[in-house]
Amino acid sequence: MSEPKPKVAFYWCSSCGGCEESVVDLGADILKVVAAVDIVFWPVALDFKKKDVEAMADGSIAVTFINGAVRMSEQEEMVHLLRRKSQLIVAHGACAHLGGIPGLGNFWNKETIFRTVYHTTVSTDNPKGTEPLTKVSDAGYDLTLPEFWDTVHPLDHIIDVDYYLPGCAPHRDLIMGAVTAILEGKLPPKGAVLSPNKSCCDDCDRNDTKPEKLTIKETKRPSEILLDPKTGFLAQGVICMGPATRSGCGERCIEGNMPCRGCMGPPDQVTDQGAKFLSALASILDANDEPGIDRIVDSIVDPAGTFYRFSLPSSILKRKKMEAVR
Amino acid sequence: MTRRITIDPITRLEGHGKIEIFLDDHGDVERAYLQVPELRGFEQFAVGRPVEEMSRITPRICGVCPTAHYMAASKAADAVYHVEPPPTAKMLRELIFNAFFMEDHTLHFFFLGGPDFVVGPQAPAAERNILGVIGKVGVEIGGRVIKAREDVREIMAYLCGKAIHPVGGLPGGVSKGLDEEHRVKFLATAKETVEFTEFALQIFNDVVLKNQGYVDIVVGEAYKIKTYYMGLVNARNQVEFYDGDLRVVDPDGREFAKFKPADYLDHIAEHVEPWTYVKFPFLKKVGWKGFVEGKDSGVYRVAPLARLNAAESMQTPRAQVHYDRMYEILGGKPVHNTLAFHWARLIEALQAAERMVELLEDPAITGTDIRRLPTETPTEGVGIVEAPRGVLIHHYKTDERGLITSANLIVATIGNAAAINMSIEKAAKAYIKGGVVSEGLLNMAEMAFRPYDPCHGCGTHAYPGGLPLTINVHDDSGRIVRTLRR
Repeated sequence: MSEPKPKVAFYWCSSCGGCEESVVDLGADILKVVAAVDIVFWPVALDFKKKDVEAMADGSIAVTFINGAVRMSEQEEMVHLLRRKSQLIVAHGACAHLGGIPGLGNFWNKETIFRTVYHTTVSTDNPKGTEPLTKVSDAGYDLTLPEFWDTVHPLDHIIDVDYYLPGCAPHRDLIMGAVTAILEGKLPPKGAVLSPNKSCCDDCDRNDTKPEKLTIKETKRPSEILLDPKTGFLAQGVICMGPATRSGCGERCIEGNMPCRGCMGPPDQVTDQGAKFLSALASILDANDEPGIDRIVDSIVDPAGTFYRFSLPSSILKRKKMEAVR
Repeated sequence: MTRRITIDPITRLEGHGKIEIFLDDHGDVERAYLQVPELRGFEQFAVGRPVEEMSRITPRICGVCPTAHYMAASKAADAVYHVEPPPTAKMLRELIFNAFFMEDHTLHFFFLGGPDFVVGPQAPAAERNILGVIGKVGVEIGGRVIKAREDVREIMAYLCGKAIHPVGGLPGGVSKGLDEEHRVKFLATAKETVEFTEFALQIFNDVVLKNQGYVDIVVGEAYKIKTYYMGLVNARNQVEFYDGDLRVVDPDGREFAKFKPADYLDHIAEHVEPWTYVKFPFLKKVGWKGFVEGKDSGVYRVAPLARLNAAESMQTPRAQVHYDRMYEILGGKPVHNTLAFHWARLIEALQAAERMVELLEDPAITGTDIRRLPTETPTEGVGIVEAPRGVLIHHYKTDERGLITSANLIVATIGNAAAINMSIEKAAKAYIKGGVVSEGLLNMAEMAFRPYDPCHGCGTHAYPGGLPLTINVHDDSGRIVRTLRR
């Protein structure tokens, strides 16, 4: 009798479905993966329920890939369950890894988000001031909803994570690399981000155009200039997160002639991607005095939302202070 | 005490929606709810962001239809900056968008909607998936499906960096142009795409239309609701995806309204319910009357069938042939049969493929004038496109630096939120009688919302395999007395 195939599970939390699409985009390779493993839980595809997972022996799933940030009560419950049942947990994609785009919600809280979504948005017609409730009786019918939290969390705030598969969405080569490493038992030490530990700039074609001494006198928004398709973005004065961002994405945004926004997160030696970028930027500012520096920095219109575009919940900031949220 | 039936459609427990059905003392359906238990709050965290970044941020609303958000945000940024993209940029955007439509629509047919018909509504669950479709139509065709998807996504990735979460939509144009070498290559792909889509329509014809059993389901009362329909149209009232005015027809098919995107607030409002995180758009001039059909209710529908109903014709010749045929077979306009969304979806895919060819045959598409830099002070703007799942509205107000001060997003699936609830309730009423829950309910409840291709099951729509369903029937004390599963 042949060896039993390793059991694999997939789950998603607060996410867009792009990570699931990234698996479909493996194309013909997906069939190889399906042949090599036994998929025991995949909410989007297979008819296994939460109670089926509960019935599994602890540690019986070889690896579970979880994408999405965590911001609803049921997501928390589910990831704890999957942790218990799995030998390995892989945080799949930028949201599980860093908090991702939904993590921008950490500039706000539940109250402000609800106020906007259910009250002040211009098309909302809500004379009674209704808001979704976790428990409600609608004309006598009892209905429940999961709780919406103030704060978005990356997966490792909630459970222990073994590996990180970065990117929004992860490049197919990284996904196949991770799956192959797991199947062949050739995994790096626990906690590793499964992508080369160097910066995007190291792999970027435009690096060759970098001047001897790169300096910038002012920054330009992508909307303000005609972007040159060959010159490095920082050399054009356009904020590009490449220096503070890990490679492995294939530099596809750069191929699309747009600057990096940092979805891969920082390389290993960097704790805080935004702080790292700020220090990289400081080193190329062409100004000798404080007013000069201020002028350049003021030309960056949304520093927090740009430097922490994908990583706010996992940064040293984590979120805007609750008392500071209007 | 009323009995309750819970359909937890996807195992991600309530992640993307659950159905609650309540029965009266006779065991007949009183009320059904589709709850969407998730919220992320993009409208709030858009505040403070530069408006030109929204074409990169909002695609993360949906990884299955990121291109729709990319495009609506790009158009809204044009409007905020009062800048019109040059003709080549507009052609490139249309190419990107039609490629996206064709890919998304045909994917839906083969992976999700199609299995219901191609493999058959009564087929075992294990066969009702893409593999079952391949089994029925042949491996060679399965290979064609995968290749068509890859080829079209290559066009999107070339022009936008990546197919999942595209980049390059800027106020006044796009970041990257098309050279002659790639035009020739992509034109060949586009031509194959037309044939591929015709072939999908042929499958629909052979498998569905030639089977009276299927046709009876399509035209049956259980899957019919009479509503208003909304869709984007061009100057000739033809089905349009990228740009145009919104046209609304009433349940009798007569024009009820036609308006510019910037005027959408005169026509659309959103109602809030306490039992779900989504809002329910309705026609302001008719009013919110609850989850009811007919002319007096402001409920409207969007997406493929709604677009065909709201328009007078298709833009392209081959799609027009199928359009005429659909209305002839289904008894004239408007068609209220929810399952006809599947047919309409393929007809739209054909128009998208034909438009790709038209755009790529025009040498102007390789022009180098692809951006017009904004010169005016940014203020406020609305961008509306048709997403595959319906009218998609992005509306931003900014300060004088173009930083967002308020945002309003009405996403495509939500346009059908009320109708999806009504469709499920109607199907449930037809298939649950006197407390008898037939096995068929599992299929039928699913078939009631699948035509809308709802985005709160957005991952679902991408995967091989039927949507997993469990229905628990509880007795008066809440004990489960029966579990149906597939």
